[in-house]
This record gives sequence, structure tokens and C-alpha cells, in this order.
Amino acid sequence: MITLLLIFFPLVAGLLLLFVKGPQVKTLALGAAILEFAIAVFALGHFHQDATTQFEWNYAWVQSLGITFHVGIDGISMLLVLLTTFLVPVIILTSFKTEHKNPSAFYSLILIMQMALVGVFVSLDGFLFYVFWELALIPIYFICLLWGGEDRARITFKFFVYTLAGSLFMLGGLIYLYLHTPGGHSFDIAALYSAGQSLDVVHQGYVFWAMFIAFAVKMPVFPFHTWQPDTYTTAPTQGTMMLSGIMLKMGTFGVIRWLLPLAPLGVEKYANLAIGLAVFGVVYASCIAIVQKDFKRLIAYSSIAHVGLIAAGILSMNTQGVQGAMIQMLSHGVNVVGLFFIVDLIQKRTNTREIAALGGIRNVNPQFAFLFLIVLLGSVALPLTNGFVGEFLLLNGVYQFNPWMAGFAGLSVILGAVYMLRSYQSIMLGETNGITSSFAPLEKSEKAVLLIICAAIIVFGVFPKPLTDIVSPAVDQLLAGLRVALGH
Amino acid sequence: MSAIQIVPIEWYLFLSIVLFTIGVAGVLLRRNAIIIFMSIELMLNAVNLLLVAFSSYLSDSKGQVFVFFIMAVAAAEVAVGLAILMMVYRNTKSSDINILNKLKW
Amino acid sequence: MIKLVWLVPLLPLMGFIIIGLFGKKLSKGLVGTIGSGVIFGALAIAVGIFFELKNGVQKEYTIELFNWISAGKLSIPFSFLIDPLSSLFLLIITGVGFLIHVYSVGYMSHDEGFSRFFAYLNLFIFFMLLLVMGSNYLIMFVGWEGVGLCSYLLIGFWFKNTAYNNAAKKAFIMNRVGDLGFLLGIILIFVTFGSIGYHDVFEQAKNMGSGNTTITIIALLLFVGAMGKSAQLPLYTWLPDAMAGPTPVSALIHAATMVTAGIYMIARSNILYTLSPEAMNVVAIIGICTALFAATIGLAQNDIKKVLAYSTVSQLGYMFLALGVGAYTGAVFHVMTHAFFKALLFLGAGSVIHAMGGEQDIRKMGGLKKYISKTHITFLIGTLAIAGCFPFSGFFSKDEILANVFAHNKLLWFFGILGAAMTTFYMFRLYFLTFHGKFRGTHEQEHHLHESPPSMTIPLIVLAVLSIVGGLVGIPAVLHGTHYLEEFLSPVFEASSFRLVHHLSHQTEYILMGVATVVMIAAIYYAYTIYSKKNTIPVDEDEELKPLHKLVYNKYWVDEIYETLITKPLNLLSEAFHKVIDNQLVDGIVNGVGSAVSWMSGTIRLAQTGNIGFYIFVMVISIVLILFTQLF
Repeated sequence: MITLLLIFFPLVAGLLLLFVKGPQVKTLALGAAILEFAIAVFALGHFHQDATTQFEWNYAWVQSLGITFHVGIDGISMLLVLLTTFLVPVIILTSFKTEHKNPSAFYSLILIMQMALVGVFVSLDGFLFYVFWELALIPIYFICLLWGGEDRARITFKFFVYTLAGSLFMLGGLIYLYLHTPGGHSFDIAALYSAGQSLDVVHQGYVFWAMFIAFAVKMPVFPFHTWQPDTYTTAPTQGTMMLSGIMLKMGTFGVIRWLLPLAPLGVEKYANLAIGLAVFGVVYASCIAIVQKDFKRLIAYSSIAHVGLIAAGILSMNTQGVQGAMIQMLSHGVNVVGLFFIVDLIQKRTNTREIAALGGIRNVNPQFAFLFLIVLLGSVALPLTNGFVGEFLLLNGVYQFNPWMAGFAGLSVILGAVYMLRSYQSIMLGETNGITSSFAPLEKSEKAVLLIICAAIIVFGVFPKPLTDIVSPAVDQLLAGLRVALGH
Repeated sequence: MSAIQIVPIEWYLFLSIVLFTIGVAGVLLRRNAIIIFMSIELMLNAVNLLLVAFSSYLSDSKGQVFVFFIMAVAAAEVAVGLAILMMVYRNTKSSDINILNKLKW
Repeated sequence: MIKLVWLVPLLPLMGFIIIGLFGKKLSKGLVGTIGSGVIFGALAIAVGIFFELKNGVQKEYTIELFNWISAGKLSIPFSFLIDPLSSLFLLIITGVGFLIHVYSVGYMSHDEGFSRFFAYLNLFIFFMLLLVMGSNYLIMFVGWEGVGLCSYLLIGFWFKNTAYNNAAKKAFIMNRVGDLGFLLGIILIFVTFGSIGYHDVFEQAKNMGSGNTTITIIALLLFVGAMGKSAQLPLYTWLPDAMAGPTPVSALIHAATMVTAGIYMIARSNILYTLSPEAMNVVAIIGICTALFAATIGLAQNDIKKVLAYSTVSQLGYMFLALGVGAYTGAVFHVMTHAFFKALLFLGAGSVIHAMGGEQDIRKMGGLKKYISKTHITFLIGTLAIAGCFPFSGFFSKDEILANVFAHNKLLWFFGILGAAMTTFYMFRLYFLTFHGKFRGTHEQEHHLHESPPSMTIPLIVLAVLSIVGGLVGIPAVLHGTHYLEEFLSPVFEASSFRLVHHLSHQTEYILMGVATVVMIAAIYYAYTIYSKKNTIPVDEDEELKPLHKLVYNKYWVDEIYETLITKPLNLLSEAFHKVIDNQLVDGIVNGVGSAVSWMSGTIRLAQTGNIGFYIFVMVISIVLILFTQLF
């Protein structure tokens, strides 16, 4: 029941919000999002920290086709549901000082998107997963199209078609497996798992590519990433946060739940190539980030670098890699939302995002400079920030797969420091100029967002254990299953 | 032995084919919408004739039921089709179908 | 006392939090008191721990605080290891740290960032303590990166100055290069031993035997980390630039503590290195090369802090040389004495700069001894100590290193003596140019000259005393003393002891000491002749130099070489990635697919002619075709 509540509460709230006019829309949206977070925390309170799937709900949806409305939460889902429900209120709060036209539609779309995201994370039926997966695309499409920046029509269209095309591969893969399910066609996850694992290595390879392309586009992994910088740059800040903070995790989550156990032999067969792409993307995107002039675009590229490492860690199929990926998904979600918010803050005050045009903000607003520094440190994975734990485990995981690749991916440790420190120096340090000298102090809501994010960065850098405890039984079980399927 | 079976089945077949072919040729070659319409009716009736003939020869009434269906549908089609033609004629002062190419490309 | 060990890092952390949060509202005096007070508290506990360890039977304590990271069989507790080595480092860090805090109260008193400075300094001490107290490599890494961060913040302390910011950024990034090596080393340790706790790793390593390739790779990867942090070739160029920070920072971070982290790390992992002679050789060779290379640059520098910076790089090279020949105790000993005299020299330089109103160029100084006599005397003591004059502390530690090197390899020893001669020369060059002769600055500066306040001179005097007597804990047997330090540290280096033995007769040792002393006196005399008797002053910037002098004066153009070989190609590569590969190739393919679909649609739609007769014709033909294919 609680899973259904988690899925449908934002939908209901979002639809109701459409009928609200006036300034209270923001507050109501925030209230709904906080309530949703409370539900998630309540679920966490009743969640047994073991490998089982809990709060299950199974309803025969289209019985004749073997489609069920099957949802449930295990450790992996729990963590991502928490991330989603935690970030949405934060994201709504970031918009408190921004006036969007037609706010009720804007916030309604955000909440509806949240419903789809939660749905993706708790689905235990292939068809249902696909439905939620595509459903998530619709609200963000409208958010970007209606509230976006320059050249939004073209860029949003490209984004939509690109991801939709990627998903089509996934649909193909799912249907292929559906036709191979043992004893009557079914989309249920267990049936799909056994269908996938009963295939020979060649066919698992096909399934692997079909699913991987869909997820790789969503994350995105090199070379499927070219929609991302444009879209992140053009989308309104909150849209970018939804995309980078949560939606991207659909891809990484998809690899864990809907790829590894579906085609373990296929993953193993193509791991070199796939991890190679991911790891190359890490360094490639870091390099490109160095020469960006637009700070928002720089962060977009840095996000590609971080996600590439997550993908590599997952595909290396060992405990450290997958566990690290789970932690890093959370950290990346928090950090990237923080960074995009910082971009938004700067842009609102100075009307520019061009790194070279800014400077000396620290002189005017040391508090902001300090909070920015903490988010930056989280992003460059300094120890005792949340970014480090994940990155260490991920590199460890990739190292066990191939030491050279880990060494290569590790270059992002250096390059990350290069582009983040360069831009920090150029934006915050030095003398003020005409644009930055009147940099307004932080508003209360803005300070609250940054403080929440900084607190999360430090707390989960020092005590990541509560998070790992939630997720590690599920990860262990997943990997044990994979070992059996691979015959190790 | 009903009246239908006095004539051998092959003759019905030939007649139907001839009628059907005339219909097809009419549709393909004529440009006047009314004539095309009539050609379509001719094709339908060719089929009807065949259905009735076979129905009788095989003593299976399903064929005749189909004929009724076809007639009903044909009647409806004529009603709608003629109405459209009326409108076309009112707008173009012609029943030449080659004028109706606004939807190309 | 051991039970209170968690307070040692916690106190500075509390100091950081309190000063960081409320610093602006507190008076400078209170900030200084809190900042120095927490370090003093930590020092007091460290002293207690030291004596408990020294007198007690148990030589090793592990204190676990909480479980930090766990993933599968990888389990990393947040825990501390207290043994003689970490306890000694605790003393150095909190002791020298405390003195430098006190000094900073005076030195920074006119700076608007006073409280920020103390907050950073406390944070630095916190991370430095974590670095040496951790009981596994990852905690060491936490401290390792943490001190890097503080170093970044403190080098760029005056953040309005772009050059300082660049120096800070350079330090952080260059350190990160080393950190990557360290991180990979840690991962390889985990993959090899299944644990990264010192205890587990060393126990297992002991049984692996000498010459294992994996261990060599681990040792080399860790050493890459040490190269970054301890400014060894080729990753040293950040340290001279790091002098952009306030002088107490240079003394604390870039001379006494942080840069010796690499030595601590190798001394801690001594077993891994002892088992890998190849790695040891690499360490020794990099060490001696750095020592000579930096010393030659030091000969021609005119900035008082830059000279000291290159001297630090050079001395660190000596320490690595000692580690490379297996003289772990000697290296740690030199860390300790170096912390005393180099902190003293930096603080003395700070006092000089303070007196000169911010001037750092020794060409504009001269004759300062009569104006700032306390600084002068303490600086002279520091100079004698670094030159290795008997009985100052530097003599004993340097002697121990050189004796060990001699036993190991005569050629290395020769280079070592050569480096020592250069060190003595440039240090006395610095001394004579600064304190002797006539004052060469402006009139205004001369008027301004004054001795520093007591909060600055007292730490100088304490450090001067330590620089004199600090060597007494390690008197070699040949001089009929007791090497207390070796005794104290012996449990840590026990497992490596099979390589530590050097067989030198007493006679040889006497000769070595004699040679070193003669060389030192010669170098002092040479410097005296040139810079005091003849009053030679280094030439101005714009004058043409002789080729060799020019080469050294420009630091072998290493920065420029790095700029050309690394920074520029990286930027070019990134531009190429961005403009050519990303925007044109990858995105070009994506857009190409889109265009291809558009083009196809555009072509195919031409079939929709709008001729109904044609449509019907196609329909009939199609039906006929379908019928044919189905029927036959």
C-alpha cells in the first residue's frame, strides 16, 4: 500500500495543483513534496534492512498479456526513492525566488514527474517499468519546452527524440525476453530474469545492447551524450536539476535492475567495450569541461564524467563497484543539484553564466563562497565529503575489473580539480568587477537550500554507513545471483 | 434444385469476373467521380452474384447473409459518397477527380 | 592518556568550528587564544601519550571510533593507531604547530582575515593529525587530501591576488597527481591483501618475501603520492610557488609538517619498501636527484622565502635518500630536526619580512643584525643547524643519514656531501646578504625597521633552543651517546631491521664526520668571502646573466617546460575534443541520423502525387501482387 501511496500521492497532488491559482502554489507544491518525503521516511522506518523486496503490491493489470501492476521496494529502490523524495522538495525550494509564468502548471509537472520517477524505481514488471520510464519523459519535455531558455524548441525536440529512440531499443529487448519467458508470456521481473538467463551468450549479447543503449542514452554515457549539454544548459534550473539529479539515475538504476540480471553473460561478453566507453567518457568529458566558458555547461560535462564512472563501476559487476555506484548516485544527485543551484544564484544576480566575466564574489559574499566551496569539494570527491566514498569504491570496483582502466578513470580526480578550481577561482576569487560588485546577499530560502545540501555532503561523507546498510544486502544478493548465472 | 442451379457454376464465375474487371477498369480509367462510383458498385455486385451462386451450390446460407451485409454497406457508402460528391461538385463545378489533388505531398 | 586520544584531533576541529562560525564576532585576542589553546591542549595530550608509550610495555594501541565504509569484504573503520612513530609525529605537529600558532597571533595581527587564518590553521592541524594517527591507509588518505585542501586555502589566503590563487591551485592540482597514485596504491593494497589496515597488511606482507612484483608496484604507487605531497622530482614545482601564503603557513605546512607526510608514509610502510629493493632504489635516486637539483636552484634565488623553499625541497630529498637506503630512523630523525630548524628559519624570515614591511628580496636587505638582534641570533642558529654544524641538531641527523648512505653506496654519499656543501653555501649566502653589510633598502624601510613583538620572538627562541638540543636524542654510538630515538622507534622498524644494519667502523665514521665538517667550513668560508668580505650583491633582474647562472636562476625553466609539455597540450586536446570530436563528429552523427530521416521522408513523400487515379492504380497493382504471392 505504501508503495502505491508513494507513486500516486504526487500524481494526485500534481493534478490538484493545476486548479490552484495565485502565490500559494509554491508553498502547496513544497508541502506536497515534503509530505511525500515524509511518506518515504515512514517507509524507511518500516523497512527491514535485508535483501527482500518489501511493501509489494501485485495486481493483474492486463491478465491476458501477462502484464501486472507489480511494485515493491528493496534496498536499491529504497535508496533511490529516498533520493527522489529528498531532492524534489529541495528543487521546489530552489525556485522560491524565481517567478515562473503559469506556476501551477510548472509545479504540477514537477510532481507528476516525481510520480513517474518513483514508479520507475519501484516497478517489478517490465511493461510497467517501460510505461513509467516513458511517462517521466513527458513532464520534463514540457518543462524544458515551456520554461526553457534560448533555442529551446530545437534542443528539447532533439532530447525527446533521442531518448525516445533509445527507449525503443529497450522496448524491443523487453518484448524479446517476454516472448521467451518460460510457461506463458509474462512481463514479471522474475520471469524476465529467468528468460534472459536461459538464453545463450550470443542472444544475451543482443539483449545487452538493446537495454544498454536505452540506459546509456539516459545517463548519458559517451558517445550517446550529445543531447545532454544542450538540454542541461537550456532547461530551466529546476528542470536541469530534475534531469541531472534524479532522471539520470533512471539510467544507472536501469543497468542494475534491468540489465545485469537480464543478460549477465552479455554484460560479461561486452564489459570491456562498455566499460571502455564509460571510462573514456569520464576523461573525455572532464577534458571538455576544462575549456567550457559557460559555467552551467561545464557542470553538464562534469556530470557526464561522474556518471561515466558510475556506469563503469556497475558494469564491473563486483560488490565495491555496485555499492559504490549506489552511494555515488546519491552523492551525485545532491552535489549536482547544489552546483546547478549555485549557477542559478549567480545568474540571477549577475545575468551571466560566463566564467570569465565573473570574479571576486567572495569579497562581497564570503558566506556564499564558503558554501560553494563545500559543494565544490563534494564534487571533486575530497575525503569526508559524500563524493569521496562513492568514488573510492567505484575506482576500487573498476580496478578489480581492469587496473589500467581504473588508472585512466582516475585521471578525472586530477582533471576534476582542474576545472572546478579554475572556475571557482575565476568566479569567486580575485577582485570584484562591475558585474559582481553588487552581488546581493543570499535570501533565506536560498541559504536553506545550500545549507541542506552542504549538510548532506558532509554528513554522508563522514557517516555513509546508514546508506550502505540499506543497500548492501540487496546488492550482495544481486551479485550472488549474478555469480550463479555466470557460473563463477 | 433451385432456379439458380439451372445455370452451371462456371457461367456465374465468368460473368462475375467480367463484371468485376469492367468495374476495375472503370475505376482505373474513368475520371468522372460518378462513373467511378458506379464501377465500384459494379464490383460489389459482381462479388454479390458470386456469393449468391456459391451459397446456393453449397447449400450454405452464410454467403447470402454476406450479400445482405454488402448491400447494406454499399447503400451507406453510396449515401455518404454521393453527399461528398455533391459538396465537391458545389465547390469545383466539376466531378473530375483529378482536380482533387490538394493533399499531395 | 591513551583513552583521550580522540581528543587530539577533535580539539583542533572544535577550534576550527568555533572560530569558523563565530570568528567574526570574537575579538582577535580571543580568536588567537582559542586557536592556540586547542593546539596546546592537543600538545598536552600528545605529551602524555608519548610518555605512556615510552614507559609502558604495550607499544601499540588501536582505538576504533566507528565503522566508516563497508562494501563486501572491504571494511574501513575510522580508527587510530598510536605507536611510537605516530606519537612522535603527534609531538612534532602539535609542538611546532603550537609555536607557530602563537607566532601567528603577532604576525597576522594587522590582517583583516585574522580569524579565518586561525580557522584554517586549526583545520590543517586536524587533518595533519588524522594523517599520522589513522590506523589504515584510507584514514591517512583523508588527512592527506585534507591537508592538501588546507594548503590550498592558506596559499591562496590573500585571495584577491591572482598570482597567489594560481599558486594555490597549482599546489592542489599537483598534489592531486600524486594523490591519484596513492589512491591506486591503496586499491592495489586492498586487492592484494584484502584489507587496508596497517596491521593486516604488514603482517601479510612480512610473509611474502623480498622481490615480489606486486609489492614493488604498491611501493612505487605510494611513492608517487609521496612525490606530490613531499615535493620531489618531478612534482616539486608547487612548493616554491606555495610561498605565496603567509609566512607562518610556509613554516608550518610547507616546511615542518605537511611536506614530511610523504616521509611518514614510507616510514609507516617500511616493510613494503624493505621487501622491494627496486622501489628503495627508486626512492633513493629520486631523493638524491631532488636534493641536488633543488640545492642548485637555491644557489641563485634572491627571494628570502624562495631560498628557504628550495632548501626544503632539497632537505626532503635527503630524507627520501635516507629512506631509500633503509635508514628509516635517520629519515624520521631528520624530519624532526628539520621541523625545528626550518620552522625557525621560516619564522625568522617572517620576522625579517615583518621588519622590512613586506619586502622579501634579499638584494634590498643587508646589515639587519643591528636592528633585529633576536631574529638575527636565532636565524644564525637555524642556519648553523641546517648546515650541519656540531653540536647543532642538524649535525646528528645529517650525519646519521650520510653514514647510512656511505655504507650503502659511496657514489650516493659523494652527491650527498656535494648537496650539503651547496646547502651550507646558499644558506650562508642568505644569512650574510640579509644580516651583514650595509642596508640596501629605501630610507623609509630603514626607518620602519623594528624587532618583532614577543609573541613572535618567543617561538623563535624556543625553536632555536630545540634546534640546538634537538639532536641530542640521537647521538650515535661512536660519540659515546645513546640513540634514544632509535630505541623508541625500534618496534616500528623491527620487521625491516634485517636491512638496516650498516657496518662502519668507528674510524670510518669519524672520517665521515670530519669530511662533512671540513666541507661545511669551506662552504661557509667561501660564502663569507663573496658576500661579506667582498660585499657582492646578486645582479638586478634586467642584467644579462651567464648561461649557467641564467639556467639556475630561471629554475631550469621547469615551469615553462611543464607549461609547454602538459598544460598547453591538455588545453589543445580539450579544445579538439570539444570542437571537433564532440560538436562535429559525435553530435554530427546524431544530427546526421536526424537529417537522414528528414531527407528520406522528403524523398518518399513525393510519391503522394495527389492523383487519385494513380493511388487506385497502385492499390490494384498491389492487391494483384499480394494475391499472386499468396497464391503461388
